[in-house]
Amino acid sequence: MAILEAVGLTKRFGGLVANQDVSIKIEKGSITAVIGPNGAGKTTFFNMITGFYEPDEGEIMLGGKSIKGLRPDQIATRGITRTFQNIRLFKQMTALENVMVGTHSRLSAGLLGILFHTKRVREEEEKARVEAYQLLEYVGIEHIANEAAGSLPYGLQRRLEIARALATNPQIILLDEPAAGMNPRETVEMTDFIRLLKKELDLTIILIEHDMKLVMGLSEYIHVLDYGRKIAEGSPEQIRNNPNVIEAYLGKSASEVS
Amino acid sequence: MANLAWKSFKGIPLYVTLIWIALFASLLHFLDKSVLSFLGILSSIVLIYFTNTSKAIKLAIGALVLIVIIPLVAGENRYYMEVASQVGIYVAMALGLNIVVGFAGLLDLGYVAFFAAGAYAYAIFSTSQANQFVAGNLFPLSGDWFWPFLIVGLIVAAIFGVLLGLPVLRVKGDYLAIVTLGFGEIIRIVFNNLDKPINITNGPQGITPIPAPELFGIKMGTPFYFYFIVLFVIAFIVLANIRFEHSRLGRAWIAIREDELAAQSMGISLLNTKLAAFATGASFAGVVGVIFAAKQTFIDPTSFTLMESIGILVMVILGGSGSIPGVILGAAFVTLLQVQLLKEFSNFLHSLQQSGIINLPNQLDPSKFQRLVFGIMLIFVALYRPNGLIPAKRKTNDLDGIKSSRFSSGKLGILSKLTQSSSTKQS
Repeated sequence: MAILEAVGLTKRFGGLVANQDVSIKIEKGSITAVIGPNGAGKTTFFNMITGFYEPDEGEIMLGGKSIKGLRPDQIATRGITRTFQNIRLFKQMTALENVMVGTHSRLSAGLLGILFHTKRVREEEEKARVEAYQLLEYVGIEHIANEAAGSLPYGLQRRLEIARALATNPQIILLDEPAAGMNPRETVEMTDFIRLLKKELDLTIILIEHDMKLVMGLSEYIHVLDYGRKIAEGSPEQIRNNPNVIEAYLGKSASEVS
Repeated sequence: MANLAWKSFKGIPLYVTLIWIALFASLLHFLDKSVLSFLGILSSIVLIYFTNTSKAIKLAIGALVLIVIIPLVAGENRYYMEVASQVGIYVAMALGLNIVVGFAGLLDLGYVAFFAAGAYAYAIFSTSQANQFVAGNLFPLSGDWFWPFLIVGLIVAAIFGVLLGLPVLRVKGDYLAIVTLGFGEIIRIVFNNLDKPINITNGPQGITPIPAPELFGIKMGTPFYFYFIVLFVIAFIVLANIRFEHSRLGRAWIAIREDELAAQSMGISLLNTKLAAFATGASFAGVVGVIFAAKQTFIDPTSFTLMESIGILVMVILGGSGSIPGVILGAAFVTLLQVQLLKEFSNFLHSLQQSGIINLPNQLDPSKFQRLVFGIMLIFVALYRPNGLIPAKRKTNDLDGIKSSRFSSGKLGILSKLTQSSSTKQS
């Protein structure tokens, strides 16, 4: 069953067509990769799914219901969360608090409740703290719970960002270049971890990635964008041998050689 | 200031603080006119903050100094109490602005508009002014009404905050600063001109006489009483600030300040959260406005100029944006500088001049250099303490407390899916 379906998405920025007629179906519980050369429109596609851009044309359906035109925070509460290409943590907050922010939409404390520090609010806070700590444990960084997020080393920041995304209790998680800037060993760890997320937490994962080893090893299905259009889709094996894809990445003559 | 020395600084020993308080309290008791010893006793609050002892003891000593010692040794002196309550008024306002600027990161240059809203709310209805547009000669109200009007001022200012926030919060950053500046000026000019066609604010003539608060028949018109009223309001505002800072809402404010995009993708609604910050900050200014109106007994639009907004912003930035103790220190410091230090220094030079030691041209009178001193101070803070005198820091959570929490027994949130299969944790 398709949990997420994008139909004919088009996004223009002035004269530039960033995405044209992109249709992608995402199966529940799958790991799907969106790849393509630089500037192919992958992040634009993510931004439309998560509500940061409104598509000029097309429709986005989550579990059969349209989510087109909703604000990013509304989409987040409906179960789609994301990480960012260039990590976006709340740098001055501690790691634990960063994850607690993720629980925001599931907490209910209002102005007066906070002001009077009611029992319900205190309990809710304690629960959120515990949950955040468990998530830090889950991604293996509970030892830095009280450190400012901005002062953490790069690899831990990536993990923290995933923990924070998990705190929104998502069905779908969009990872924008999760292994960017990582060494080969860290990349392997990240690959294993993403697989674990899918298996243990029953998540649907969509990722953008340039590291082909990671993409081919991890994803069950791949969509390829080039100049804003979808030029191919299929299993890793099919994509590897698709002449259009090879042409997009390496140029025309390369595809003729192969 | 060397950073190393700062880090190894453990706190002032308790006995130093106690001696300091005793010394300046007795000095002030015996030398009634000593401004220095009055400043000494006020600055003991800062000392207490940095004292190396438990929180409860600090709180107790601080309360003792503010509630008992200062009224006891300085209560007779109208001027000192006046200065102290003025410091308090600015501390309270700066704490309100701290929510908007410090927590939510919304640069608001029209903050004084909310202060004006609160002040006018009390002024109009507590004097005969309201008879101009309300039928039935119900006004003026007596001073007893001051207390309910603290709440009315709060609500009126909060409504102003929401109404102003709705159009203004669509822009951000520098643009927000410009737009709020504009709206702040609009409010002042509207109050200045709202004497026709219906006379609501009495225009540039201002409103007087605003009655002093009254409780059980006691008229509380002297600075001595206002000191306690202000203290009470500050206690409330500080408590609210602390609770907000470490709550769902406070985290959302700070998240927005740090990164709007990431905050949104965590499910935080930008508009609602920013409006909450605007309304909360505004409501505190509204309460303070009511007190201000009652204290001055006269208000007109000139009390609510752009310079006031900038002054309060300077307090927040100087003290440490987002830091509650920092903002209190910044507000106290700037207010004292404004109302006392420069004036004292200027009086001192004048006395030297009168005894013929120096010849001081009128243009060099230090009390005229307020803006210059502000500017120089801000430059030094920006260079050497860019995060303010007492920078904001996030509370470290008690991890052992979390582990032993009764909620720790089961997996929460998305991790509850783990318990279904007893799979091992990640590598």
